[in-house]
Amino acid sequence: MRRLLAPIPIAVLCAVVALVALLAYGLASNEPDRKVENALAVGGREPAPHVNLPRLSGNGDVSLADYRGRVVVLNFWASWCDPCRAESPLLQRWHRRLGKSNATVLGVDVQDVDADARAFVAEYGLTYPMLRDGPGDTRDEFGILGLPETFVIDRRGRIAAVQRGAVDEQFMREHVLPLLRERA
Amino acid sequence: MRLMLGVVALLAALALPTAALAKNCPQTTLGDIEDEVMCSICGTPLGLASEAPQAQRERAYIERLIADCRSKDQIKRALVAQFGQSVLAMPGDAGSDNDLGDVLVYAIPAAGLVLAGAGIAFALARWRRRNPEKRAQAATAPADSTRVDHDMERYDL
Repeated sequence: MRRLLAPIPIAVLCAVVALVALLAYGLASNEPDRKVENALAVGGREPAPHVNLPRLSGNGDVSLADYRGRVVVLNFWASWCDPCRAESPLLQRWHRRLGKSNATVLGVDVQDVDADARAFVAEYGLTYPMLRDGPGDTRDEFGILGLPETFVIDRRGRIAAVQRGAVDEQFMREHVLPLLRERA
Repeated sequence: MRLMLGVVALLAALALPTAALAKNCPQTTLGDIEDEVMCSICGTPLGLASEAPQAQRERAYIERLIADCRSKDQIKRALVAQFGQSVLAMPGDAGSDNDLGDVLVYAIPAAGLVLAGAGIAFALARWRRRNPEKRAQAATAPADSTRVDHDMERYDL
């Protein structure tokens, strides 16, 4: 017993406990935030986090609150992301369709070089509003782990659906069309 | 002839600053910068993120700025403008205005190491004071060892 109370075993024990605690903290802090999915699983809708970002074009800021009363397909993307290339033509088609129903696609370019992002927008002829989040602060607020990710926001500013990965026609039909019939 | 000389002088005057500029370019290298900045989406220094697409784009951007004859500090400032402060891997780097924070980042671990060393030294000293009989045994150990050696010599193995 006295041997165990000697300083070296105590120091080793403290070091091991500290390492285990650090490992546990690292694992816990990397756990993805699935608040939105959890609410959707029980039929609820979480309010969308506050977003206020500059336009990619550099002409002023835009807030998500400005779109209250409209259905918003909020798409997070970057020009270096290959799946983002695949889904962009589909999002552009849907943006044209949604215009008649008081709804829009809203792009957020994340952690990207602005010139590369503008070249991407020009290449795919994207006409929906584009915001820019260089530091990627919105990733934490929306619990985003990879790109692309898309959040469908109802007319009351609540998240009604989420797609972690590229969207497809089926996702848009299933999750966006029903929202167009809802009132604000 | 005068016209000819004038043209030559003009061309020389135009060529001089270009040559001087070319001599100072490039002002830095990709290798010099990529260990001091982060691949922000990978969460690692850019130098370690070899395959990530975002890292490759960031490198291409840095290379464009190097080709534009920008200095290391100018490139770091440009990266901060694109990706925010978190792109800087080194505390106290260009563009950072949190001086106290930059000092504390180095001072706290150093103070922690000094305190831990002092704590271990104190604990060892205390332990040795509490175990004098063990130290006495340790002190006699060489004598025992010598006696054993003598005993062994008496046996013809």
